Order: sequence, then structure tokens, then C-alpha cells
Amino acid sequence: MSLVGAFAASHAPGITGRPSLPRVSESEPIFRAYEDLRSRLEAARPDVLVVISPEHWANFFLDNMPSFCIGIGDEFSGPTDEKFVNIPRRSVRGNARLARALVEGIAEDVDLSTSQEMAFDHGVMLPLHLLRAELPVIPIIVNCLAGIPAPLHRCHALGVALRRTMDRWPERVVLLGTGGLSHWPAMPESGQIGVDFDRRFLDAFLNGRIESFLHYPKEKLEAEAGPGGHEIRTWITVAAAAAGARGSLLAYQPVQAWSTGCAVAVLEIGEAAR
Amino acid sequence: MSLYEVQKLLFHVNREPKMFDRFLSEREKLIAEYRLTEEERRALLEIDFRSLYEMGVHSLLLGPLAATLGLSFPDYLAILRGNQP
Repeated sequence: MSLVGAFAASHAPGITGRPSLPRVSESEPIFRAYEDLRSRLEAARPDVLVVISPEHWANFFLDNMPSFCIGIGDEFSGPTDEKFVNIPRRSVRGNARLARALVEGIAEDVDLSTSQEMAFDHGVMLPLHLLRAELPVIPIIVNCLAGIPAPLHRCHALGVALRRTMDRWPERVVLLGTGGLSHWPAMPESGQIGVDFDRRFLDAFLNGRIESFLHYPKEKLEAEAGPGGHEIRTWITVAAAAAGARGSLLAYQPVQAWSTGCAVAVLEIGEAAR
Repeated sequence: MSLYEVQKLLFHVNREPKMFDRFLSEREKLIAEYRLTEEERRALLEIDFRSLYEMGVHSLLLGPLAATLGLSFPDYLAILRGNQP
């Protein structure tokens, strides 16, 4: 078995775009949690990092909006929204061979598209920047944005298929889901945060009960967690891949100045699984 | 279909540096290449974030553009809320 880490973290552009705008007591736990995540990433000694990130108009428009798309290139670049997130644009190594193997495995159960020319926005680049991660990345972009995003339970099916495929590999893989939790992104309601929703979701995520969120009604999700709440899809995929593993919350802060209920968490993949 | 065209233009401008340069240097000409209503043309020409938001443009096509244009996030939000900074 080769899944050696299952992480999830918010990617609010404000974390790097407006680092000093919140009170230090709000922002510091998030920066510390990302440092903690960085140590755990290093300790897991992965060969490759699979990043599950929402789309934010970096690649796809309404003429063709895939539910799931894997980047199968050997090189990517980002962030496309560098001023929004205040991170300089750079190139990121991919791993086309492993990405193609991942597609072939997943496609047995879940349909997905592939892209040889993918751009990264803050969803991928902000976590990579804070983790100072230089290892090869396989991106899986999930539509949480517009059109008709895949139902939540299909994101779970994606995670199950990911795990089944990875388990056949000798390579060590860390899975990182990015996004959420509640937020009303770049809109008049920005700053509103669904703390109650976030805590209930984290409780399910950390305690092997993600199934309780797989049929959460769309209208209820948007009312309680904002349009950005759709990004729990990436967390659901990670939880599914971790197959019921319990986890630890490294930080949760509702940060108004970053317009986001910010969370950083890990699921404990058993030592036996390594 | 018109809102679709407004969003398509903003998608192109945000994503392709050459289109962003044209948005700065020859906005009127660029806008003429999309099928837009008079009000949509005006909102784009004046980069009227509030009107664009209110006509239904997705907020993540607007926030990153504001940042690229050098507008701070709090000022951008103030404009959306109808409070000119």
C-alpha cells in the first residue's frame, strides 16, 4: 500500500494575499498548522503529491466544464491569479507516467477528463507555497464552481477509486485536498462564515463519518456554507481515500478578513498501511 | 447568452496575459469582439464591478481581476457593496 498521508487544508487567497489583515490571534494558528503539515509531509517521504483542488476559472469555462480533470503533464505553471494570492508564478513538476496510471485505474469506476496543459490557481499554489513543496505534483481539478458540479457522493466514489489504484503502486503518495470550508468568495457577503456548518463537517471528516454529508442538499449547503461550501468536495474525496481513518484537526479559525472558515487537518493512515 | 459572453471575455482577460494587455490598451476594440448589450459594454468599458456583479457575473471572475488592476480587496468589496472607497 502506498498512500502515506491524507491531508486537507483551506486555500483562502487571503492567507498569502492579505497575511497581516486579520488579528494575529486569528491568523497565527493557520500559519502554525501549515508548518505542522509541512513537517508531516516531509516525514511521510512521498514520491509524489496528489492535489485535489477546485477549479477557479484557471482552466475551464462554461463551454466545457469537466466534473473531474487530471493533469497528465510533466510540467505545470501557476498561479494564474498571482496578484490575487500574492505568490510569484513558477513552474511545477508533474509526473505524466503516474498520472496516466492513475487515470486508467480510476476510470474503471469514475469518468474523468485529462489535460496535458493545466494551469494552477491559488487552489494548488497556495498550499504548495506554504508547504514549500518541491516534489512532483499530480493535480486533480474538481468542479465546485459553476455549471453542474458532480454530486457529493461521486466525489466520494472518486476517492475510493483513487485509493484502490494507489494501493497497487510501489510509490509513496500523499493526498492533499484543498479548499473550503464555508466562504462567500469575493462577493458582498464576504466575511460571513458558517461556523456551525464548519464544525459539524469537521466532526464528520475527522471521525470517519463523511457518509453523513454525501447527500447534503445543495440549497442547504449554500445557505449554511456559502457558494464556497461546494469545495467540501475535495475534503470528501480525501476522506473516501482514507477509508474511514480518524484524524486530527491542526487548526480551525473563522477568519473574517480572509472571508473563510479556515481549517487544516490530517487523517491518520495507519502505519500498517505504509 | 449575453451574460455568458461577458463572463467569457473576463475569463479570457484573467487567463491570458495578451488579452489582459489588450484589455488595458484597446478595451473598446476588444469588447467589440463579443456579443454584448449596450449596458454590458458600458460596464466592461468602465470596469464597473458592482454592475457586473449585479448582472450575474461570477465573483471569482471579478475579485482576481480587481487584484490584477491593483485594487485592494477591502476596496473591491466596498465597491461591490455600493460604498465607493
